[in-house]
Amino acid sequence: MPAVDAFLASLFSIAFHGLAYGMILYAISVGLSVTMGLMGFVNLAHGVFAMAGGYLMITVMDRFGLPWLPALVVACIVVAAGSMVLERTLYARLYKAGELEQVLFTIGLIFVAVALARLAYGTLPLAAPLPEYMKGQTEVFGRSFPTYRVVVIAVSAVLTAVLWFGVERTRWGAMVRAAVDNRAMAQAVGINTGVLFTLTFALGSGLAAFGGALGADLIAITPTYPFEQLVYFLVVVAIGGLGTLRGPFLGALFIGIGDTACKYWVPEFGAFFIFVATMALLLWRPQGLLGRAQ
Amino acid sequence: MTEASATAIGYVGSARLRWIELAPWIPAAAIYFFAPTYLPLGSYVLIMILFALSLDLILGYGGIVTLGHSAYFGFGAYAAGVFAIRMSGDPLLGLAVAAIAAGLLGLATGAVILRTHGLALLMLTLAITSILFEVANKWTTVTGGTDGLHSVPIQPILGMFRFDMFGKVAFLYCLVVVTACWWLVRTIVHSPFGVTLAGTRENDVRMHAIGAPVYRRRLAAYTISTSLAGTAGALLTQTTQFAGLSVLGVELSGEILVMLVLGGVRRIYGAFVGPGVYIVAKDYLAKQTPEYWYLGIGILLILIVMFARGGILGLLDRALARLKKARA
Amino acid sequence: MSRFALETRGLCKNFGGLTVAANITFGLEPGARRALIGPNGAGKTTFVNMLTGRLAPSSGTILLGGKDVTGLTQEARVKRGLGRTFQINTLFRDMSVLDNVALGVAERLGIAGRMWRAASAYREVRDEAMELLARLGLADDAGVRVLDLPYGKQRLVEILIALGLKPKVLLLDEPAAGVPSLESERILEVLDELPSDIAILIIEHDMDVVFRFAKRITVLVQGEVLCEGTPAEIAADRRVHEVYLGERHHG
Repeated sequence: MPAVDAFLASLFSIAFHGLAYGMILYAISVGLSVTMGLMGFVNLAHGVFAMAGGYLMITVMDRFGLPWLPALVVACIVVAAGSMVLERTLYARLYKAGELEQVLFTIGLIFVAVALARLAYGTLPLAAPLPEYMKGQTEVFGRSFPTYRVVVIAVSAVLTAVLWFGVERTRWGAMVRAAVDNRAMAQAVGINTGVLFTLTFALGSGLAAFGGALGADLIAITPTYPFEQLVYFLVVVAIGGLGTLRGPFLGALFIGIGDTACKYWVPEFGAFFIFVATMALLLWRPQGLLGRAQ
Repeated sequence: MTEASATAIGYVGSARLRWIELAPWIPAAAIYFFAPTYLPLGSYVLIMILFALSLDLILGYGGIVTLGHSAYFGFGAYAAGVFAIRMSGDPLLGLAVAAIAAGLLGLATGAVILRTHGLALLMLTLAITSILFEVANKWTTVTGGTDGLHSVPIQPILGMFRFDMFGKVAFLYCLVVVTACWWLVRTIVHSPFGVTLAGTRENDVRMHAIGAPVYRRRLAAYTISTSLAGTAGALLTQTTQFAGLSVLGVELSGEILVMLVLGGVRRIYGAFVGPGVYIVAKDYLAKQTPEYWYLGIGILLILIVMFARGGILGLLDRALARLKKARA
Repeated sequence: MSRFALETRGLCKNFGGLTVAANITFGLEPGARRALIGPNGAGKTTFVNMLTGRLAPSSGTILLGGKDVTGLTQEARVKRGLGRTFQINTLFRDMSVLDNVALGVAERLGIAGRMWRAASAYREVRDEAMELLARLGLADDAGVRVLDLPYGKQRLVEILIALGLKPKVLLLDEPAAGVPSLESERILEVLDELPSDIAILIIEHDMDVVFRFAKRITVLVQGEVLCEGTPAEIAADRRVHEVYLGERHHG
């Protein structure tokens, strides 16, 4: 029956596009979740790293003529390195400070980043030119989807698997988990939390840059990116729970698919339902789905 | 013997009005009599002062970190606009409607979000202002969507004082309202309720242990604060006859936070100095390239957090203390 | 009219599979001078948190003045005359000593929620708080910020705040903890001078304080009441010796 077919087709479409959006959200937000859980620091400026990743990739492709993939890698590395400098010079001073100070500092960072982005790139959204092999359509499960989004899902899935494996199996991952669990104890057993914070912060920022650059077609790179997307990243982290890897994954899927579904079926309401659902969830479980109760 | 910090709040000391506290009214009078071309800007500064005062009540005194206060400002702004367009252009009535509406919204949302704290609370405040932004954006029949509400009708105050095109009446209207609200906030802060608020900010655990109904007190403070924010929003709509999406959203919440912190939180008069300095400086400096303005503000904010947490008034306090020491 | 100012019947608390309190039946008579002792991890602080309402028990009842308060909030129990101090100073550090005490007094007098007059106009609050300060020798420090006080005096403020509530039952959690020995004598004197009609339960590790202060001692081990009696009886009890000697062997 054509009506059912159409409905199923739209379901697949929503699931697919929602998944792509969700994976990008995850790549960006997972770093935020871990660093917030690890350092207890309210980093509202996390979106700055995602934006920087996007702009840098575009610049590297434009200026130096690098192809898409190397440009992406370069952007991530540069942002990760830059974030380490920021962390050591500024963030580290505020680990013991109150919530208000952290909020103010990160808002200040956002202002600075937004202004610099406007000065360097102007106010219009920039497009990242996709390589030839990513344009066009691909067949998945008998249906046709934009190749770019298939790549987004595939690459993000691989990255997620590597990340989860890395945190489960490596020594670094064990240290992060220990420090998230009980910072004082971790220090007492000799874990150098300072270095741990810096490296984790760099990884989180690098991942954000990756998400920002890879997802440039899904979340447009504009100078006001950190302000506009802040709510979504925080929602993903808050729903999932701080300090976990799997939590933001659930949160990102929820937002990704939920937002796509709402925009498709009830566009006159926009993101209204997402926010209401978030409120309801946080009231029922303030620590998020997988977070630890205080 | 070290004196207790902060102004004369608490059971120690006196709450009597000191002469220096009337200082903000001097530039207000000066603008009215000597620089009438700046009256519209002056009205805007007064409105932001009221907005900052409302934020200081729950953030500075109550210790509740929120990025969603623009929700109530905007709600009041739109309430006043819609009321004027659809029911009556009487400004005082519109002001009352907006204050009550914003207060009710604050009561409803506060009852819900004040059960949380920390990141969850911050998140919820963001969610609230984002929800309202979405609603205002999409509900074009009521709010005008991205175009906003234009030509909001406004009748003479008390039937006598017509809003003139120089902005004189608007300025005095704002001045009177802000003065009344300032007196209200000052009274509350110096009252036993204000001391409790400080207590819940300082040590929540101990407040419970002395039998204080912490949640109820916080909710009362939040409701009053949101009502004041809504009043400020209404003033903006009534004096500019326009209400648009810029009265909502995270950016406005961030900006009013910056203004308050610039002046100095928890000092009442920080809410006067901050917006005054910020808006005047912005008007002067940001005309050419607004980007440099935001760059400067961002850097200034970082510097304030690192070196001058008390804002301008905090720096003044420190300078005065050093002067006193040098003399002694 | 119950003969106990504070009583628990069969109080239990489980965290998952861990039993932190097992069937604690306990009674504190009016005017009591009771010490609660036990090795680390015995569950003393958990017990106090259940008494005050910070922690909900898994089962059992708590009675204050003969009335069941098991389901009541912390605030409600305070209104019925239960006061406590904390092992770690839990003070309003940026506020003056007087304000710290005045906060509790104002709550008790029911004026703490008033908005329309200045706090300093409520002389009855200030006078009562000053009187309390004078009684403990802190009258000169009334305007001083708590965080500017030496630790021993802060510990006194900790007790003062609770006294401002005019409690019928007072729970003191290691009142002399962390205080340098020069200042701890003052605290002990203060404990001696507490009104005789208040029922006082003191959690303590320091045996000197316990034997000086307590008329009866309750021993808690692994969430259960091991025994209860006069200091002489407890000092002679073999089981108590085993529990503490056993600990010393490990430490």
